[in-house]
Amino acid sequence: MAESNRRSFLSKLGAFTGILALGGCTDLDQSEWWPNVLSSVEALTKWTQRLFAGGHALAPEYTKPEIAPEFRANGTLDPGTADYHRLASNGFHDWRLTVAGLVEHPLSLSLDDLMKLPARTQITRHDCVEGWSCIGEWTGTQLARVLAMAAPKPSARYAVFYCMDPMGDSYGTSIKEAPYYYETLDLLEATHPQTLLAYKLNGEMLPVAHGAPVRVRAERQLGYKQAKFVERIELVESYQQIEGGKGGYWEDQGYEQWGGI
Amino acid sequence: MQKENPIAKERGRFSLLRLLTFGANADPNAPHTVIFRHGLFLRLTHWLNAAILVFMLMSGLQIFNAHPALYFGAQSDFAHPALSMTGITNANGELRGITQIGRWQLDTTGLFGASNVDGTRVARGFPSWATIPGTQWLALGRRYHFFFAWFFVANGLMFALWGILSGHFRKDLIPTAHDVTALPREIADHARLKFAHDARARHYNALQKLTYFIVLFVIAPLIVATGLTMSPTLDSAFPFLPWLFGGRQTARTIHFIAAFSLLAFFVVHLVMVVLSGTLNNLRSMITGRYAIEGDDDHG
Repeated sequence: MAESNRRSFLSKLGAFTGILALGGCTDLDQSEWWPNVLSSVEALTKWTQRLFAGGHALAPEYTKPEIAPEFRANGTLDPGTADYHRLASNGFHDWRLTVAGLVEHPLSLSLDDLMKLPARTQITRHDCVEGWSCIGEWTGTQLARVLAMAAPKPSARYAVFYCMDPMGDSYGTSIKEAPYYYETLDLLEATHPQTLLAYKLNGEMLPVAHGAPVRVRAERQLGYKQAKFVERIELVESYQQIEGGKGGYWEDQGYEQWGGI
Repeated sequence: MQKENPIAKERGRFSLLRLLTFGANADPNAPHTVIFRHGLFLRLTHWLNAAILVFMLMSGLQIFNAHPALYFGAQSDFAHPALSMTGITNANGELRGITQIGRWQLDTTGLFGASNVDGTRVARGFPSWATIPGTQWLALGRRYHFFFAWFFVANGLMFALWGILSGHFRKDLIPTAHDVTALPREIADHARLKFAHDARARHYNALQKLTYFIVLFVIAPLIVATGLTMSPTLDSAFPFLPWLFGGRQTARTIHFIAAFSLLAFFVVHLVMVVLSGTLNNLRSMITGRYAIEGDDDHG
């Protein structure tokens, strides 16, 4: 009894404080303009971080003993579509990576093609936007190398990564209507030496839960920028006409296109 | 500059107004002199900082709620968090909030781990009334945090610049030899709610200097630096940051502890404001004017 009284008092006190502190905040949060005001610093944040990190500062790399015993898989753990399962069932032999858009030489690469290119292996820390971190060893092709093969046109500013995993609540029932995961990186981040099209985690071929056959590793960015199940890369001048126009699936839900913090 | 304080004219018996005005253990019959205590710049940055910190703390708790656990080291050892707040369904099918610190476990239902949002109990680290926004909304919480972070830093830098140029830090904040020897006595006096109301109140006492010094020159820089250490881009620009703080997850834990240190400071600060003369203190932080006991202005 005393306990529940106390709790009821606490929750009333809490509600009161909340109303005091936030009077009208909920309305503000639902408005169009206020979140835009809050977002107005994103460009400043990106500019400042770039000022110090430039195009070449490397994300810290770690040693083998520091690799997490189990690297947490997050986001889509299995795309679940018939197309994806067909590709997975014969080791992604029929999977092709398309590189298109504002390029001189559009590419269509098989997993073998990709693995024949010089590889980079790096032990890096994955920082999820939620707050946790995991260290893993990634092997893959530098995206800069693949983009160089495709020869970007001067007007290209962003790389868009289209993925094979459908998102949203309609998952399973009306899978065709669900938006697919996608991400964007500006070309400076896309051509950073540690930005990979990774096909191995800890020396093994990429497991489905981690984005088989190929995922992006952009090591100076948060986890949601590391698109999994990539099947197409398109170079564009602007991402405003793509899906929600904010530069990614999570960006369309309000997260920042600049995933550096 | 000094003129007589109208409240001071009301001499004689004890009154609540006098207690609220001059604080505990003030001499009710003393004459008062009004001095100019806080400059406009200090008052402005003080109140800006107070407002900014409310948003920083509450949006910070929203961000924490996205993964309500803390770790030591570079990465997250999910099985052994230093602290966690989890919602666990017990044998009766009831959602309970469990807070774990090291090996200790506490049922904190209603407050940490599980609490009510619109009448329904849900698993969440800090309760709805403590977070901005009130509902689980990491994206907007981050927007708030990074927006006000710029103002926190800008306001702090302006204050630091002013503090150096005006001599405020040198004259008012750096402890003197006398402060060091007076510290034990000052602690004892504070514990007995005996505050200086006479000419000594023209200056910060030893305990104030120590507290403000720690808040300004230790906790504030620490909370900014550990916040920046959580940015993967800045870790590439400044690899010494995660090294300095013992890894990104340790930095996150320190960030959390520093935030609650500021909250603890805020609570004690408020208690001291109330006990040592609420109205007099508030007036000095709003208009700059502050009444001290004594007829003259030589002190």
